Amino acid sequence: MKRLAPLMALLVLVLSACGREDLSALNPQGPVAQEQLGLMKISILIMSIVVVVVFAISIYVLIKFRRRKGDEKIPKQVEGSHKLEVIWTVIPIILLVILAIPTLKTVFSLSKDYSEDPNALQVIVTAHQYWWEFEYPELGIKTAQELVIPTDRVISIEAKTADVLHSFWIPSLAGKIDTNPDGNVNRMYFEAPKAGVYQGKCAELCGPSHGLMDFKVKAVEPSSFDRWQVAMLDTVELPSDPELAQVFESQCLTCHAVGEYGGSTFPNLTGIASRESVAGILINVEEGEKEYKHEDTVYNNLYKWIKDPKAVKPGNHMTDQYTLTDEEVAGIAEYLSTLTLDYE
Amino acid sequence: MAHAHAHAVKRRTGIMDWLTTVDHKKIGIMYLLAGGFFFLIGGLEAILIRLQLMFPQSEVVSAQFYNELITMHGTTMIFLAAMPILFGFMNAIIPLQIGARDVAYPFVNALGFWTFFFGGVLLNISFIAGSVPDAGWTMYAPLSGTTYTEHFGTDYYVIGLQISGIGTLIGGINFLVTIINMRAPGMTFMRMPMFTWATFITSALILFAFPALTVGLAALMFDRLFSGNFFDPSAGGNVVLWEHIFWIFGHPEVYILILPAFGIISEVVSTFSRKRLFGYSSMVFATILIGFLGFMVWAHHMFTTGLGPIANALFSVATMLIAVPTGIKIFNWLFTMWGGSIKFTVANLFAVGFIPTFVMGGVTGVMLSVAPADYQYHDTYFVVAHFHYVIVGGLVLGIFAGLHYWWPKMFGRVLSEKLGYWTFWTFYIGFHLTFFVQHFLGLLGMPRRIWQYLDGMGFNTLNFISTIGALLMGVGTILFIINILITMRKPKTAENDPWKDGRTLEWTISSPAPEYNFAQTPLVRGYDAWWLEKMEGNSKMTPVEPIGPIHMPSPSILPFFMGLGLFIAGFGFMYAREFGVVSLVIGIAGLVITFGCMGLRSWIDDHGFHIEEEEILKDQGVKA
Amino acid sequence: MSSHSHVEGQLPHEPERATLEGRNKITGFWLFLGGETVLFGTLFAAYLTLRGQVMDGPTPNELFDFALVALATALLLTSSLTSVFALQAMHKHNVKGLMGWLIVTLLLGAAFLGLEIYEFNHYVHLGHTFAASAFSTSFYTLVGFHGAHVAFGLLWVILILLQLKKRGLNTTTAPKVYVFGMYWHFIDVVWVFIFTVVYLMGKVG
Repeated sequence: MKRLAPLMALLVLVLSACGREDLSALNPQGPVAQEQLGLMKISILIMSIVVVVVFAISIYVLIKFRRRKGDEKIPKQVEGSHKLEVIWTVIPIILLVILAIPTLKTVFSLSKDYSEDPNALQVIVTAHQYWWEFEYPELGIKTAQELVIPTDRVISIEAKTADVLHSFWIPSLAGKIDTNPDGNVNRMYFEAPKAGVYQGKCAELCGPSHGLMDFKVKAVEPSSFDRWQVAMLDTVELPSDPELAQVFESQCLTCHAVGEYGGSTFPNLTGIASRESVAGILINVEEGEKEYKHEDTVYNNLYKWIKDPKAVKPGNHMTDQYTLTDEEVAGIAEYLSTLTLDYE
Repeated sequence: MAHAHAHAVKRRTGIMDWLTTVDHKKIGIMYLLAGGFFFLIGGLEAILIRLQLMFPQSEVVSAQFYNELITMHGTTMIFLAAMPILFGFMNAIIPLQIGARDVAYPFVNALGFWTFFFGGVLLNISFIAGSVPDAGWTMYAPLSGTTYTEHFGTDYYVIGLQISGIGTLIGGINFLVTIINMRAPGMTFMRMPMFTWATFITSALILFAFPALTVGLAALMFDRLFSGNFFDPSAGGNVVLWEHIFWIFGHPEVYILILPAFGIISEVVSTFSRKRLFGYSSMVFATILIGFLGFMVWAHHMFTTGLGPIANALFSVATMLIAVPTGIKIFNWLFTMWGGSIKFTVANLFAVGFIPTFVMGGVTGVMLSVAPADYQYHDTYFVVAHFHYVIVGGLVLGIFAGLHYWWPKMFGRVLSEKLGYWTFWTFYIGFHLTFFVQHFLGLLGMPRRIWQYLDGMGFNTLNFISTIGALLMGVGTILFIINILITMRKPKTAENDPWKDGRTLEWTISSPAPEYNFAQTPLVRGYDAWWLEKMEGNSKMTPVEPIGPIHMPSPSILPFFMGLGLFIAGFGFMYAREFGVVSLVIGIAGLVITFGCMGLRSWIDDHGFHIEEEEILKDQGVKA
Repeated sequence: MSSHSHVEGQLPHEPERATLEGRNKITGFWLFLGGETVLFGTLFAAYLTLRGQVMDGPTPNELFDFALVALATALLLTSSLTSVFALQAMHKHNVKGLMGWLIVTLLLGAAFLGLEIYEFNHYVHLGHTFAASAFSTSFYTLVGFHGAHVAFGLLWVILILLQLKKRGLNTTTAPKVYVFGMYWHFIDVVWVFIFTVVYLMGKVG
């Protein structure tokens, strides 16, 4: 029981820190996550009362009624107490009713369907082992790993999977929803009123790289979002070196797309150099700003990824699908790192 | 007739004694040993998981091996460690608590043990065979199907659990019938000790929950072995169906685990407070209610599956309701101690430590029942923290309490209290260090079942603390093993009632109990039958019969072979995908062994044997 | 234990309940059937979830041959009745009658099983194989689990018949007969549900 004090201190400490703004459910950046945190707070409050009462009675009982040396007395054998038993049946019921009311309210409010709402931005999220595809059906845009959204609209998500179960989770903006196969689509919505980059995670075991299946949500000002749309639909130049262009077409564009070229079975690469990350997990930073193992320049990240994808994401489907010399890898990484979008 | 056929005393020695025994006390010990062995394997897996997560982006184990570790850790701990250890207690204690000479089906009891054991061995052979289950203990399709798991991992899981599940199911039926039909005169239902009640309800849950698992596993097996389409979306299968079937079984399963722990805690707290269990009838009622509600709440594991707001709302409220009977239990324990004379034996330390710990696991359970908040908690370390608080902080502490409490009754020796204190403190502190911080990891955005987390996310310190805690729990477990080794070298000197404060019938007979348990069946005159007699100044129970020959069931090797047959059949069918007909033939041969032994069992008219009066009197003289 | 309670040759009216072992067997078997109910309940649930998923294969309506199923149903229901006659004979300690009715039960059950095998074989030729669709997989699993139960019951009753022949009716064999009767009725009840849910609803729905 003595450990209660430091635990409570730790609790206060951690709750006050609340974690990263872009990642923590305790540090919500949008109304949906805000509402969820509100429910958490109510439940934590009610449950803290329960914990405190139980701990207090425990400590009191254990000290007061401990057996002293040589104490052979037989305590009174009490069968029970109707009054007490009614109390500790009724009080919990009352507490649960207090908790149940906002729960039910929020269950229904969060299930609101924005799929027909003309003001909402429709996004179809398709999960793959181990990457995320984002399609904007109204805009005719498909992209991957990074969901770019405007700050002024409700984002209406239709989530599904192309293979195994995954779960689409943006802790600081909204909760999560599983992605099911075969037409069993799930919907959720959220808003991100503050511009910024938020981290997204896969929250359902989907294979060896489950823990590495991150994505980003990038909320931008409405005007930037408009520019992003235009830039995404702009034409893209293939590599200027014809030999490299040929390699790129035969080895990469069979699965990937840039602009109007290529196939669509694997992540669309249009504007890849403007994304926050390569493969969702290698974070792009400016030269010299590398702080952690998973951070590097766009070029280095691209090189590392194309050179040996399985070292970055074990079990991914890109491994062994192509043969490239080191120069070709460098060339393609170089080319891809020029694919930027000017919209911010 | 039957008596005329009965043979003279048939006893085997050495290893054959253990392979053929149908004595519930020996089977209890075997469950404990086998369960303990699997507990160590599962613990080792846990330590490896924690070492991998000690630092960000570390590569102590590979991503594939990590998924194998988490899958096998969960599966092993639940099916092969926790449940068998509980079955160990049930076997060792239930007949003694209700004043019975045996369980209802001694042969089936042995069969239950051997099928569990062979199922568990089969599952763990996957490590040697090199294809280990890796889709999580929940085995969600389609990841677990042949399309995404080509190796035999899922097959080991499906077949291993199917075989050990048979053992669990027949074990559950055995205890139900034992408790319904074999209670001593005067032992009415409302005089049964709490552990017996918990076992009764748990067995009922097993009976109604395990067949769902059987079907789920069979369906997944058909999908994998015979190209079935239950969970294959490309042929019209439905993966959410697997989730439903799994959790319709899976949620009662967690009550199957925790109710016996509740029973143990009730016994230990009451004994060492020298006080009658407070609110016995409401405790019984609460246990029944928890068991009943346990079947109504499975979809709270599926709030993010997309069942729709109505289902989520209903299952939220139903789940919250479970807090009420659980709360009743907590307060009844506290008020059992209130006004009592609490002695802090190691067993009681574990029990007393259990109460606040379990409350912490319980309140996070209520938090998780809030569906919209669960959209954030689900599949994060918050959930990991929650269920380890109830399973380790609840069940495992309960098991440790039970081990220290009943060890003398099972082995005739009292465990060292001094070492026990060390076990308790290292394990208890280690436990809270490991899992308390995990609540925050989850809330801060760390999903569960991840192989690596990135540096700079604010997860480093908490993960490091968690790993240190896990190592400390490992130390506690090692200390406990040392305690066992030291204790078992000492002579069997434990008295009938080594705690002096025993209240129930198991403390009226010698430690360990004789083969026939009760030389004379006792008359039960009330709840806490033994305490009642002690308070009236009696030194023994009133017998309901004179001393006479006692009928015993014969030992048999058939249960062992029936388990072995299933084990062989499992391998045969599993590898039919690779080796074709030969493998199928082996599989069928295994089934022939099992069903052949079953027929043999029916055919051989074995009426058991009698232990004669002289032998019983001799035992009495020695122990008196 | 209670095997002392009576002397050879004086079988009580209900020999199956004469010993504690016998009573345990019956209690336990009731419970076992409770578990079996959950088992079949889950199979039915799976079937109902998946029965619409026929893919390219035949639909239930195209597939099922009503006359055949009706005959099978009649056979199985009758066998349940004959197993009751067997039990009645047992309570009159009429071993010959008991064995006779058990043999009739056995034959009816075997005929049912034969029809089922014929039916399955027929379906396979229509392209309704186990792996054809989610509907076919769940159909064969549900009906097949029932069929396997029938097959097991037939082996069981043969074993009981052999024991009755060798040892006659006593407090060891009587509970076996009784428990077998319970099992057989249970199988019958399950079949009634299969008939309704699978065949009738398949034809109508």
